[in-house]
Amino acid sequence: MPLEVKTQPSPATEWDRVANSSQFKDLMATKKVFIVPAFVFFLVYYFALPVLVGYAPHFMAIKVIGNINLAYLFALSQFFMAWTVAWLYVKAAGDFDKLARDIVEKSENNSKGGQ
Amino acid sequence: MSTPLVMFLVFIAITLGITYWASKRSAGSSAYFAASRRVTGWQNGIAVAGDYMSAASFLGIAGIIAFQGYDGFLFSVGWLVAYLTVLLVVAEPLRNAGKYTMADVLAYRLKPRPVRAMASLSTLTVSTFYMIAQMVGAGALVALLLKNSGISYQTAVIGVGILMIVYVVFGGMLATTWVQIIKAILLMGGTILLSILVLAHFGFHFGAFFDAVGHVTYHDKGQEVVKDFLQPGLRYKPPYGPLDLISLGMALIFGTAGLPHILVRFYTVPDAKTARMSVVWAMVLIGSFYIMTTFLGFGAATIVGRDFISTHGGTNMSAPLLAQALAGDVFFAFISAIAFATILAVVAGLTISASTSFSHDFWTNVIHRGVERKPGEEVLVARIAAFVVGAVAIFIAILLGPTANVAFLVALAFAVAASANLPVIVLSIFWKRFNTAGAVVGLGAGLIASIGLIMVSPSLMGVDPPTVVGTARHLFQRPAIFPLENPGILSIPLGFLGAFVGTLLSHEPTAESKFNELLVRSNTGLGAEKAAAH
Repeated sequence: MPLEVKTQPSPATEWDRVANSSQFKDLMATKKVFIVPAFVFFLVYYFALPVLVGYAPHFMAIKVIGNINLAYLFALSQFFMAWTVAWLYVKAAGDFDKLARDIVEKSENNSKGGQ
Repeated sequence: MSTPLVMFLVFIAITLGITYWASKRSAGSSAYFAASRRVTGWQNGIAVAGDYMSAASFLGIAGIIAFQGYDGFLFSVGWLVAYLTVLLVVAEPLRNAGKYTMADVLAYRLKPRPVRAMASLSTLTVSTFYMIAQMVGAGALVALLLKNSGISYQTAVIGVGILMIVYVVFGGMLATTWVQIIKAILLMGGTILLSILVLAHFGFHFGAFFDAVGHVTYHDKGQEVVKDFLQPGLRYKPPYGPLDLISLGMALIFGTAGLPHILVRFYTVPDAKTARMSVVWAMVLIGSFYIMTTFLGFGAATIVGRDFISTHGGTNMSAPLLAQALAGDVFFAFISAIAFATILAVVAGLTISASTSFSHDFWTNVIHRGVERKPGEEVLVARIAAFVVGAVAIFIAILLGPTANVAFLVALAFAVAASANLPVIVLSIFWKRFNTAGAVVGLGAGLIASIGLIMVSPSLMGVDPPTVVGTARHLFQRPAIFPLENPGILSIPLGFLGAFVGTLLSHEPTAESKFNELLVRSNTGLGAEKAAAH
């Protein structure tokens, strides 16, 4: 089985053909544009919490509203951050689904024709 | 008969009814292991929440916040945010490329037998540790809640164990799913009611509530102390506290996406889009629940008080005692029954994921090389495995006894999931060069690093005063070698390192050439397992 399918004029299998199609590359690129920044953003936002609470406890103890301090508000904001990222992802994933559906339909038509 | 006992019996009757209904719809592998893949998005979302919100979250988190304030709330935050890893990285590829277990995804590209054997070992380790922690907690709790009914720790453990075996053996994934759904709705309902009652206690005035949290009074070694429970640092103290906090965060964020009993839930839905929506539903429920732990935990600290809780059953009783203080014995019974339902549902979820992995990965694919010798064998073996797993958990829980120090077992389950399971799942989906040696070394390194580091951590090593007896004592009476309770910060990089080194030391052209297949399958759903027809 060829290792470098990219250089093959006729790809070895239907999977390789789909993987090298421009439609599939388009899908992967569209996904990457959303998922990579979203993943990095949420990691940074989340780990800022234990880092700040652990290493800057006095800063985090600053009171903002009444007795409510920065530490509690930042922790609470994490819930809304998670929900917002999830909501944005669901919206973006609508596009992924459309691209993926086209690829699946095309491939299923192909294999029907081939058999 | 006491009120809690009556409520327990009502819950048991309803869930057994569901099991009977489900048992007639659980013929065949896809029906038994994956509820015929016909669970809807919201149903699975609630069930994921049910599987996840264990007694550790409901009783444990309320207790930690009641005793250690703000630092306890950090668990709540991590437990929700972790679902972003599940949503963005794992849920959809897993549904698209797998069948019943997490190992299915690995087995596409890699040599199935070694990879499935290791993945099954890791799944069984995570599930068994987690289950023993739940069973010991359940026995102690039920015995305490029902102490007027004369039910002992042993009876409670055996009762919980038998029920969970019945759900799983007869009702399969369908019954387990509905037990989770009912339990999650009960848990949410009880938590909302408790939160409203806490706020009502303070005249629905948030300022008054948080002012009270700022002045929590209790006795420590005979001295009266007043502490601001919103201040960080009551649990995680220098020098190692901050590092332990980060390590805990890593285990939660990367471990949730590697917990086998959560991952199997994504096989019960028709397609990847539904899997995605079920994560979102789960996040809405789990997030709302953990925000409300503010009221449960701080409410118990201010309204009931540490002193009273300490002398009436300890930290785990914080939420039930809060219910009693706010609305009397019937509400106490209701919250206790919810706690019981919570434990039962979680152990059932753990049992089905463990038995599925044993039967599908180990029995069918490792021992019999992927051939089911006669129809129904895989389901039969899973049922026997569920029975054995349940019996072993009952035996160990009784052996350890109600005072055993088992809290670390939950931390261990998350650490193994994050250090062994997650690296190989992610690398298998995203790294073309990844191969069998990488998966086996990665799973092994993650497993050994997590268990090894916990063995030498303060959870198992420490010098106890002679007043501490039996299994409540530290296993090794020596100062801890590894200073952190959570090994994640070291064991997760070791898991990844093992996977990298194993991969680079060997060459496997077939694994690379099949990368395109997994890539296309996991991203488009082409060739994915379909839901059963009506």
